[in-house]
Amino acid sequence: MALELTVSGVEASYGAVRALAGVSLHVGNGETVVLLGTNGNGKSTLMKCLIGSVRPTAGMITLNIDGAAHDLTRLTTEEIVNLGVALVPEGRRLFPKLTVEENLMLGAYRSAARAKIADNIALSYEIFPVLKERRTQLAGTMSGGQQQMLAIARALMSSPTLLLVDEPSVGLSPLLVSQTIAAIGDLKRRFGLTVLMAEQNFNQALKIADRGYIIVHGEIAYEGKSRDELANNALIKELYLGAAAH
Amino acid sequence: MRWTGFWIGAALFLVLAYASTFMVTNTFFFFVGYVMLQFVVLATAWNILGGYAGYVNFGTSAFFGVGVYTAVALFKAFALPLPLQILAAAVVGTALGVATGMMTLRLRGIFYSIATVALVIILETFVVNWKFVGGAAGIQIVRPSLPSFFPTYEGMLFVVAAVLVVIAVAVARYVEGSWIGRGLRAIRDDELAAECSGVPTLRLKLIACGISGALMCAIGAPNPMYQQFAIPGAAFELPYSVSPLAMALIGGTAHWIGPVLGALLLSATQQYLSVTISSELSLLALGVMLVLFVIAAPEGLVGLLRKVGLFKTGTVRPSNEKGKGT
Repeated sequence: MALELTVSGVEASYGAVRALAGVSLHVGNGETVVLLGTNGNGKSTLMKCLIGSVRPTAGMITLNIDGAAHDLTRLTTEEIVNLGVALVPEGRRLFPKLTVEENLMLGAYRSAARAKIADNIALSYEIFPVLKERRTQLAGTMSGGQQQMLAIARALMSSPTLLLVDEPSVGLSPLLVSQTIAAIGDLKRRFGLTVLMAEQNFNQALKIADRGYIIVHGEIAYEGKSRDELANNALIKELYLGAAAH
Repeated sequence: MRWTGFWIGAALFLVLAYASTFMVTNTFFFFVGYVMLQFVVLATAWNILGGYAGYVNFGTSAFFGVGVYTAVALFKAFALPLPLQILAAAVVGTALGVATGMMTLRLRGIFYSIATVALVIILETFVVNWKFVGGAAGIQIVRPSLPSFFPTYEGMLFVVAAVLVVIAVAVARYVEGSWIGRGLRAIRDDELAAECSGVPTLRLKLIACGISGALMCAIGAPNPMYQQFAIPGAAFELPYSVSPLAMALIGGTAHWIGPVLGALLLSATQQYLSVTISSELSLLALGVMLVLFVIAAPEGLVGLLRKVGLFKTGTVRPSNEKGKGT
């Protein structure tokens, strides 16, 4: 299945505060693209625009699936999910008072996924065995790492082709961050997903990135055409280490 | 979810209700019984939206009143038999529920609740000015002849209410265990996250509104036959809005049995106090019990029974004691 996401000139604001000032990027079929940036630069806003929960004030978001173009700025979240897009939201946003299994089933409202609920649940348990052990436990009572696994598994329940991941490292210990990122990489290979991941943990994100973008103040400040290009550019040093770019 | 036990229980309940119409000679039993069953239906119906999804509806009396007047209008115009009046009221209730939902469900939390209060006032005003059904002065209902297989009118209405209880509870039980209930619980937990996961939140809320409205209107329909008159002030009375809410909260909103227990306990207490002391005091009792339960047992009777180990089903699921987080 050929899939292509094109974001061009997207602007978005919360009242008077402008969060995105003309973002353009592109994600090709089967790629893992990372969107790097520190807090408050618009990563999550872009993710919300992609899933339809924030409406851009200008620009286009086009998702091409097998030659058919869909304008995501005109679709509801439900319709976007039906196209095969799934979001692992920032801070996980599980349903804390529902069980692990119910959380998983709630990811499967997409009509294409409803028939495959049993298969997908079995698959989730195979990938994350800890979820099976805890399937009748309330999601809110699990540890941060387990919750992150559940959030990823919930997104996979809709049998997506494009997986959006918003800051999987938030609130996790360094070891768990590394495990989570590795898990995303595995899933991508296993299911042939296309992945767009927003992340501020630059080193971890690069482990699975094919290429990426750096977003600063709502604008794409740098485009790295390969992992090496991203790893070796001066802007990263400036943003993360405070060293002046020369 | 297993249904065999439920249907056996329901069948037993209906047989007992029917048998009691021959065995019990004191009509007061049926008067009290009818009111209690009426509140079981209302509390159960309220809980489908208010309990599962956390959308607090203060407009139960609007739906109840519309059920009453649908029956009155159809009886006066076409002398429609009671079962058809109930069916028509359910259809009107579904339409009213979905229409109200479409207008108000984009409002979240407390704003939705305020909108439902307005619904009562609007609909009551409409009926007060509708001369055909008696307007503000009300209307006398002359009961049609009694079907031969029932010994008394009170007995028949009691059985009708019992049938509606079984329907309402079965519907609530189905919703709770199905994809609808799961989605509604997700909405209560975190509506934004539900939306992001692709849960069709608006559609689910409209379904819940329609089902809830249908049941509330349906139980309103036999009421004019029971009272032998209908008057807007009584049909749209505030207690019809407040009691089902209090009953569901006292019983526990997380499980279908909660509203049933709450309605039985509260309406029995109210009936007892009305007869022994005064009907004003029965309203006070409702308030006091609600306060006591909110403080001592925020998860209602169901939560209380779970704590002492008398009630075990699936997961311990805290009800929305913290209210909706919007």
